[in-house]
Amino acid sequence: MSTTTAGVLFVLSLVVALVGVHRPFGDHMFRAVSGARQSRVERGVYRLVGVNPAAEQSWGVYTRSVLAFSAVSILFLYAFQRLQNHLWLSLGLDPVVPHGAWNTAVSFVTNTNWQWYSGESTMGHLVQMAGLAVQNFVSAAVGIAVAVALVRGFARSRTGELGNFWVDLTRITLRILLPIAVLGAIALMIGGAVQNLSGGADVTTLTGGSQTITGGPVASQEAIKELGTNGGGFYNVNSAHPFENPTTWTNWIEIFLILLIPFSLPRVFGRMVGQNRQGYAIAAVMAILALASITLTNVFELTGHGTVPQAVGAALEGKEVRFDVSNSATFAAATTLTSTGAVNSFHDSYTALGGMMTLGNMMLGEVAPGGVGSGLYGLLILAVITVFVAGLMVGRTPEYLGKKIGSREIKFASMYFLITPALVLTGTAAAFATGNNSTALNVGPHGLSEVLYAFTSASNNNGSAFAGITVNTPWWNTALGLCMLLGRFLPIIFALALAGSLARQQPTPASEGTLPTHRPLFVGMVVGVTVILVALTFLPALALGPLAEGL
Amino acid sequence: MRLPSWLSQHLAALRAVLVLTVLLGLAYPLALVAVGRLPGLDGRADGSLVTVGGRTVGSSLIGQSFTDAAGDPVPRYFQSRPSAAGYDPTATAASNLGPESVVDTITSDEETSTQSLLTQVCARSRAVGELDGVDGRRPYCTPDGVGAVLAVFRADGLTGRITRVVSVNQVAPATPFVSTWQGVPVELARPNQDYVAEGGVITPVRGDAPQRPAVPADAVTASGSGLDPHISPAYAEIQVARVARERGAEPAAIRRLVAEHTTGRALGFLGAPGVNVLDLNLALDERFPVR
Repeated sequence: MSTTTAGVLFVLSLVVALVGVHRPFGDHMFRAVSGARQSRVERGVYRLVGVNPAAEQSWGVYTRSVLAFSAVSILFLYAFQRLQNHLWLSLGLDPVVPHGAWNTAVSFVTNTNWQWYSGESTMGHLVQMAGLAVQNFVSAAVGIAVAVALVRGFARSRTGELGNFWVDLTRITLRILLPIAVLGAIALMIGGAVQNLSGGADVTTLTGGSQTITGGPVASQEAIKELGTNGGGFYNVNSAHPFENPTTWTNWIEIFLILLIPFSLPRVFGRMVGQNRQGYAIAAVMAILALASITLTNVFELTGHGTVPQAVGAALEGKEVRFDVSNSATFAAATTLTSTGAVNSFHDSYTALGGMMTLGNMMLGEVAPGGVGSGLYGLLILAVITVFVAGLMVGRTPEYLGKKIGSREIKFASMYFLITPALVLTGTAAAFATGNNSTALNVGPHGLSEVLYAFTSASNNNGSAFAGITVNTPWWNTALGLCMLLGRFLPIIFALALAGSLARQQPTPASEGTLPTHRPLFVGMVVGVTVILVALTFLPALALGPLAEGL
Repeated sequence: MRLPSWLSQHLAALRAVLVLTVLLGLAYPLALVAVGRLPGLDGRADGSLVTVGGRTVGSSLIGQSFTDAAGDPVPRYFQSRPSAAGYDPTATAASNLGPESVVDTITSDEETSTQSLLTQVCARSRAVGELDGVDGRRPYCTPDGVGAVLAVFRADGLTGRITRVVSVNQVAPATPFVSTWQGVPVELARPNQDYVAEGGVITPVRGDAPQRPAVPADAVTASGSGLDPHISPAYAEIQVARVARERGAEPAAIRRLVAEHTTGRALGFLGAPGVNVLDLNLALDERFPVR
């Protein structure tokens, strides 16, 4: 079988699996977030946390609960890293430096999982499993909870109530994330991912050299890292490491886990608003953008333009033999189309245009299909902007799912959209203005790409990198930490404010002039609006970086 | 006394973090550690260690270098891919050099000089070619194994007649890979010069190397992990003759052993075929010991 055929079949098999599973799994998620019955474990959790699961929250209280939970999580994780040398299983490692601990605390709480550090030489086993991996679960749950609250805003009317954050957090974690993570971790262990508490085994190699075979609770962290679209690797080299991603089939499973929840959430949306076809329209937008991007990334990487790929005969630098070019490119597209940021190959060594695709995927706002929860709420915001644009064209008050999109709603949606580009572009400019771009490894346009990629990844809560750049400095750790924080929570505040405003409205019955939002016309318009908004915002920056390098 | 609501909210948050840490941060991973103790799974959960005669020599999932103390390849073993981490699992790394990393930084002190990715590729290709007796030439590489790259200076910057041409990756006592460029003699580079900053236009020169070089791509590129346990079947093939000679064995017998240690695509379409180098070399020592 030719390399290209195998690569195409790889993508097709993922498509088939996701199409098959998104309905039953979406229905399961729908029941988890909307059922009224609490299990015994859940009741125990509510009692320990001290909340009343029957109490509904307004958008303001819901938002404050999200922020309080995240703020406490950041402080907890910061203290955990700073004190790791006093705790068990620290492997004799020093406390994490203050600016690094801040960056990592923010990074894992915001679902970014940017790695300025090398896992194997910075974080002890306890910090990894009881600090970082816990946030892998709950930051994912926060994202899904916010998406569900926004959908409740569409689904409910004449109410201030958006649900209860603590109930959503607990149920999403225990009913959705944990069971799949256990299954995923066991599958990865069968493939060869390690799962132990060993500090490593020193061996003498065949030719007399020495090597330390590392240990750690890797499989358990790896499963939720992909499922929760987190992406922070146990090791520096992330999913390229044979202990994180040992075989060709574990690679398939990891990509499947990355895409599973984001592609199933539109089904939850359809069920919650009582019109499954609305969910299919959203899923169609995601699928069109994702397939286009995966195809282009594969084409650019397999063609292998550029001096070094031409000299080598393939774009194989930074890629593993077992994944080869195509399965690496597919992973790279999946990880940047979502907010995952795990990597099984190193994007910095990609061809100029292949690397640009990974950058462009994040610039799309990570909506195709996006991070768990954040992808759905991001795309719903874009759908709101689309009906507004369409309304302007025909001179009617726009509405979406029976809710009027007035000036208040469109203000929240526009603010939501503007935050990330503002962070990315001012951040990149600040790095150059202050001379901090000099830590980039590569020179010329590629050096600009490294800086741009860092800010794009942080502000979109992705976490992957053009990793040649050195970011373990106080300036970089602070600046990127701020971008992650603002890039996560400002959009969440605006999404929840929008939810509150929508929930209060009385639904408008559809009339002849209402734009149907489940037809191909609307799907095409959302795709167009998304691509045009992104192109207008980022084309100048891309022209100076990857386009200058690749054309 | 009733607590103010902002305070009670943060206390609830703190309790939630603690409860979830116990559930997800301790119970979940430790339960999976316990699962990893199950027979059949325990070897994998512990890192797929490989033991020969009671001595652990590595992990079948983690690549290693088959070089001597001086770092030179041991010819009786199949060689792994280049690695940016030196096959050290405590410092895993990729090179992260980009597709247009073609100009070396040459200083008078060898310690501070750095090679571009292109030169690394060319040097590896040449070395593998010499070790295995195949043609080590590649496009964009000089015969002496560095990147074939010129800095072309023109009278008006980007336009005008050519005033000066420097082969930026070659220093004395090398011979420029082309003697003249469009009629202008090619100079060697001098240490501590930045020809890009001086206004030279960087021009990689393809040369007349074959389109498909004899040394395969994975033999001249570093992996992402720095621990790649595999090489491509093509890279194994060009090493067969050398290993057979060193071990006094028939090449056909070695080739059969390579085939036994080649994993195809899982289910016929996942990933790419690879040869596990450590497993192969262990089998060689067992079947064709060096006397």
